[in-house]
Amino acid sequence: MAQEKSAPAIELINVSRRFLSPTGKSLTAIRDFTMTVERGEFVAVVGPTGCGKSTTLNLVTGLATPSAGEVRIMGAPVKGIDPRIGFVFQSDALFPWRTVIENVMAGPLFRGRAKAEAMAAARDWLARVGLVRFEQHYPHQLSGGMRKRVALAQTFINGPEILLMDEPFSALDVQTRVLMHEELLRLWSEARASVVFVTHDLEEAIALADKVYVLTAGPATVKSVYTIDLPRPRVVADIRYEQSFIDYSRTIWADLKEEVETSYARAAA
Amino acid sequence: MTDAAIDIRAGSFRPGTSDAEIEAAAAKAAQHRRRTVIFWRFAILIAFLAAWEISGRKAWIDPFFYATPSAIAQRLYEWMTEGTSEGPLWYHLYVTMEEAVLGFVTGSVAGIVIGVALGRNRMASDIFSIYIKVINSIPRVVLAPIFIMILGLGLASKVALAFVMVFFVVFHNAFQGVREADRAMIANARILGASDWQLTRSVIVPSAMSWIFASLHVSFGFAIIGAIVGEFVGSRYGIGLLINIAKGSFDAAGMYAAIVIIMVVALGAEYLMTMVENRLAKWRPQPLHETQ
Repeated sequence: MAQEKSAPAIELINVSRRFLSPTGKSLTAIRDFTMTVERGEFVAVVGPTGCGKSTTLNLVTGLATPSAGEVRIMGAPVKGIDPRIGFVFQSDALFPWRTVIENVMAGPLFRGRAKAEAMAAARDWLARVGLVRFEQHYPHQLSGGMRKRVALAQTFINGPEILLMDEPFSALDVQTRVLMHEELLRLWSEARASVVFVTHDLEEAIALADKVYVLTAGPATVKSVYTIDLPRPRVVADIRYEQSFIDYSRTIWADLKEEVETSYARAAA
Repeated sequence: MTDAAIDIRAGSFRPGTSDAEIEAAAAKAAQHRRRTVIFWRFAILIAFLAAWEISGRKAWIDPFFYATPSAIAQRLYEWMTEGTSEGPLWYHLYVTMEEAVLGFVTGSVAGIVIGVALGRNRMASDIFSIYIKVINSIPRVVLAPIFIMILGLGLASKVALAFVMVFFVVFHNAFQGVREADRAMIANARILGASDWQLTRSVIVPSAMSWIFASLHVSFGFAIIGAIVGEFVGSRYGIGLLINIAKGSFDAAGMYAAIVIIMVVALGAEYLMTMVENRLAKWRPQPLHETQ
């Protein structure tokens, strides 16, 4: 038990994942992938499009299993879907036939909590994301940013110790995205979860994360890891104009650019 | 949907027109449009019936085969007030409806349950898909004589026929609806903690619901077809029997009268179904009215 307490939140040890294409050919999405996420740490993963970033998250959830290597959560190997994990999707994964509050209540109800209790918790979370007035609305009646806030409440209500985010804000406009970054950092600082945030937006990664993993063009493996030593709490709207942010940005981009170019050249070939 | 696009001709407003005036003009235009639609609907019906009646009276078409609207109306009136040669009309209607409704309910429940079950289970669907294709390739009405031979002239044989008519339509749509369920939504539910049964009940079935409803609309019509074809082939009561007897006695008005009754019933059922669907689907986006 003592050893489990000190174990990192997530460990991927020399993980590979292969797919079979419809024609029966084997494709490697990630290869010899090693990553460690400490408890309470915010890790961002950047890489060229289609390199296998999302695959790493699916391995942690247990929705996918590695072809080789090992994935450990809190020191124990992944067996199925772990209840300590929360996941925010790129696309809209809300249930459109449920009202906002019913969407937020879904997690606790699935996990067998009483309806009244779930509703009280859902109200509390809707208040925290500023959507109390919209609890009886349906998702299609909300803006993209509001739907993302519902998705955050839906995930955070389960009190996840590990939060996985797959390009969650990529569909939002730039202003809304900055607001969502602030929102996310606030919720994260209260919940102290370990976060893996996958994105193709380098500035987003630097503004939010403690560590940035740069992946190679597919099959993905870790190219380099940067520790972002910017003070917290951060103001995402302003941080991008600070000299240290610009330095990080320039250094990491030089690294990432090669991979983006490789991936682009491959797609064009 | 009929008045989704309202044309207020933004260009015709002078600068300084208030919102209230624009809204009033739009409301007026919408009402005018609705009235025009209703007027033309009735006008076309009346013109059609009048043309039929006149052609029949002037003997441009032979009323022996084509009857006339007035003769049909008279036959309906007789049936309603005095009953048919085979007993009261209402009893025949009741028998047909009972067969159709029983077939519809059992067929759609079985279609939904089996459609969802096979949609969720890839192995089972691969195994059974061939049998479903084979059975589906049989034109359903040819089963009528078999059902009547096995189940007799009564209720059971017509319910069985209505059942097979309904089942396959609903089954296909339920199956397809389950397969089309959004993968991110399913993954989301599972990570939020849904068990297999919770996933089916609160994610898969609701998301397949619009597919299922699309099939329920047509399949009540199919249930009526099943009941009536069954009655043609052999029965003691029912609207199908009335048509059969009218045919035997060259009573064209009687045949058309029976068709009118079926039409009214089918339209009523369709209306009810739309009402239920609208209640269940209140989460879906409403089309916005265009304002320019």
